[in-house]
Amino acid sequence: MTQGYNFAYLDEQTKRMIRRALLKAVAIPGHQVPFGSREMPLPYGWGTGGIQVTAAVLGADDVLKVIDQGADDTTNAVSIRRFFARTAGVRTTTRTAEATIIQTRHRIPERKLREDQILVYQVPLPEPLAKLEPSRAETKKMHALADYGAMHVKLYEDITRYGHVSISYDYPVMVNFRHLMSPSPIPAFDNPKLHMSPALQLFGAGREKRIYAVPPWTTVTSLDFEDHPFRATRAPHACGLCGATDSYLDEVVTDDRGGRLFCCSDTDYCAGRRA
Amino acid sequence: MAYVAVKGGERAIDAAHAWLAEARRGDPAVDEIGVDQIASQLGRAVDRVMAEGSVYDRDLAALAIKQAQGDLIEAAFLLRAYRATLPRFAATLPLDTGRMRPLRRISAVFKDLPGGQMLGPTTDYTHRLLDFALAEGGTPPPAPLATPDAADIPRVHDILGHEGLIEPDPVAGGEPADLTRQPLAFPAARDARLQALARGDEGFLLSLGYATQRGYGHTHPFVGEIRMGEVAVEIEPPELGFAIEIGDLVVTECQMVNQFAGSKTTPAQFTRGYGLAFGQGERRAMAMALVDRSLRAGELGEDATGPAQDVEFVLSHCDNIEATGFVEHLKLPHYVDFQSELEVLRRIRGEATP
Amino acid sequence: MSLDLPGFADPVADAQRSFRAALDAMAHPGQLHRLGGAPHPPPPLAAATAALLLTLADADTWLWLAPAFAAAREWVAFHTGAPLCADPADAAFVVADTLPDFSRLSAGSDEAPEDSATLIVQVAAIGEGRRFRLSGPGLRTPATLAVAGLPDGFAEIWAGNRALYPRGLDLLLVAGAALVALPRSVTVEAG
Repeated sequence: MTQGYNFAYLDEQTKRMIRRALLKAVAIPGHQVPFGSREMPLPYGWGTGGIQVTAAVLGADDVLKVIDQGADDTTNAVSIRRFFARTAGVRTTTRTAEATIIQTRHRIPERKLREDQILVYQVPLPEPLAKLEPSRAETKKMHALADYGAMHVKLYEDITRYGHVSISYDYPVMVNFRHLMSPSPIPAFDNPKLHMSPALQLFGAGREKRIYAVPPWTTVTSLDFEDHPFRATRAPHACGLCGATDSYLDEVVTDDRGGRLFCCSDTDYCAGRRA
Repeated sequence: MAYVAVKGGERAIDAAHAWLAEARRGDPAVDEIGVDQIASQLGRAVDRVMAEGSVYDRDLAALAIKQAQGDLIEAAFLLRAYRATLPRFAATLPLDTGRMRPLRRISAVFKDLPGGQMLGPTTDYTHRLLDFALAEGGTPPPAPLATPDAADIPRVHDILGHEGLIEPDPVAGGEPADLTRQPLAFPAARDARLQALARGDEGFLLSLGYATQRGYGHTHPFVGEIRMGEVAVEIEPPELGFAIEIGDLVVTECQMVNQFAGSKTTPAQFTRGYGLAFGQGERRAMAMALVDRSLRAGELGEDATGPAQDVEFVLSHCDNIEATGFVEHLKLPHYVDFQSELEVLRRIRGEATP
Repeated sequence: MSLDLPGFADPVADAQRSFRAALDAMAHPGQLHRLGGAPHPPPPLAAATAALLLTLADADTWLWLAPAFAAAREWVAFHTGAPLCADPADAAFVVADTLPDFSRLSAGSDEAPEDSATLIVQVAAIGEGRRFRLSGPGLRTPATLAVAGLPDGFAEIWAGNRALYPRGLDLLLVAGAALVALPRSVTVEAG
């Protein structure tokens, strides 16, 4: 472990502040709780919110998995995993089933999570209304009044223009019938996994200084219309490595003549099926 | 050939860091630059990094500049990250810049005034001709030193204040805001705004201040006074009940005098825009003072039409550590999201094709 | 003198374990948790109450202790550094031995519902006594909670809190080292 720093890097006072925010976030599912986000030794945008949440939650007995784009071997996932191995000395894993805490950027693992697991999301823009109203002072009022009409209008405009909603990732969800929430930039394909998840889901946005949560067994619905129900889509292929037809796929360019390989974005899921 | 997933991220990172270290050192035939050299000879870079990094420590700032290969935003980031884990021992009393030991003091609104005009080590009247002799190096002859005649040099705003021509200094009430512990909330009070501006990106402040001069939220500014010098830092331990000095800072303070037409309730008088920077940071302090005053449009009942008058816009985007992080994070993998966009685009195009 | 009684034996690890128990309890309303490594606080402060305060309270949080906890005030102030307030309406954490009048506590605002009090109430026993039916986030199917020491009409009082949502109080019930959470999002019915 790295000398000169506290367990999991953050000082205890900072952890207390984050822990208080987390408890309130769990009590108000989907509501963004402001917190005194600290400068971390990794840049904003690299997962400072997720890292702070993980650092506040993590204990010596935890087993940590870190994924970026579904994969354990992407450089930033490697870097964050190393950060906690160095500053907390915790055991790390690439196996979804073995992990007690999974920090993620842009994906929810394919394997169904358990009640004893916590999923920590790195969030760039926690405000789901930001694309419609850039002022956070205004969006705060909209959340207070549950004034989400503008979002429905935006989706409806998509439908009249394209025949369906054109949002493909960071697809807005309604949590516990009350709060509009950004699921972070996960593909819309992953949205159904947010609903009634057995695992606690925590969201950290470091630069925007917001924490929010979805408790286990909580209703999370993707915004839609009766005549245009939400559809989770994936590339219409089987994984070229494991043959899975139920997983989200990466498209890998294999040559400059149009060659493509579609394979699971969740590397642990793919490896498990091939083992 | 079968596709093999990209592996070895850990080795790639280690190799990149090794290369970075080598590149930082540069040509080993050239003497390595010392942190003491940076601290004493690249003072303006050190000042900027201390301001934007929010840590007053010349040696640490110099180390950060060396580590960042002279990238000043990266250096400020290093200091900020270091600062985040430091314990807090005490809160200081407000600095009394009226008791500054000035190295420079000028006013643009009075030809002469008690304490006089004092140029100090300024570049203002240098001719910007590359000094080729400097490439050779050498020790300059000692500069002539004048002894300041007054122990205390009155602040121009206090002089104006005697006549009631300028609004009074706001009275500090209670604990000031601290953005390093509490997230910004809007509408932000002036204490929080000043803190954010004091740490803000110099280029951003400069451009916004400039924009106000060109008409995007004009504030009719005059430089009442700029002073730069050493000022004592004091704390008042509760067990003592009186203030003790714990050290000195070099700061640059700019007080703008701005026209104000008055309102129904307030007679016409001059208003203030305030700028303060660690070290010798005159451009930063002046730009900050312009932006501080323009952000007061709302409170003074002025029309807010320019970007520099929009508190949320300015404060949300003035921090270059946040800005560089979010701009640069676009280079991280986004292929999952891109893939989802590809699928939607293919679907839309497929449906559009007869 | 109560200051002789220590706080956490291992402040970093004990706080982390207590927090995880509290987090798990909030995420699973009505589920019984035990705060491990709980210290030995001056009575009548329960072990779980003390662990929660050591874990969550500090100089940045106003704390209100019911008069019954007078003997523990010094210990709490010393070990947490939290300022004690005279009016429970100002408190982020309220510690009581009987259910206080909810209307006297902060329920947060519409824009900042998180600025509400967290209420820690020490009850006679958890797992016995009056039974309640719980439903809402965190509960796959409705659960039953038995508590001895809550007043008659608690379900109605809670319904009033629930009606404020997303404003509202979050309640932590404590008996010895046992902890059960009722976040504001949960629906409580007598049963």
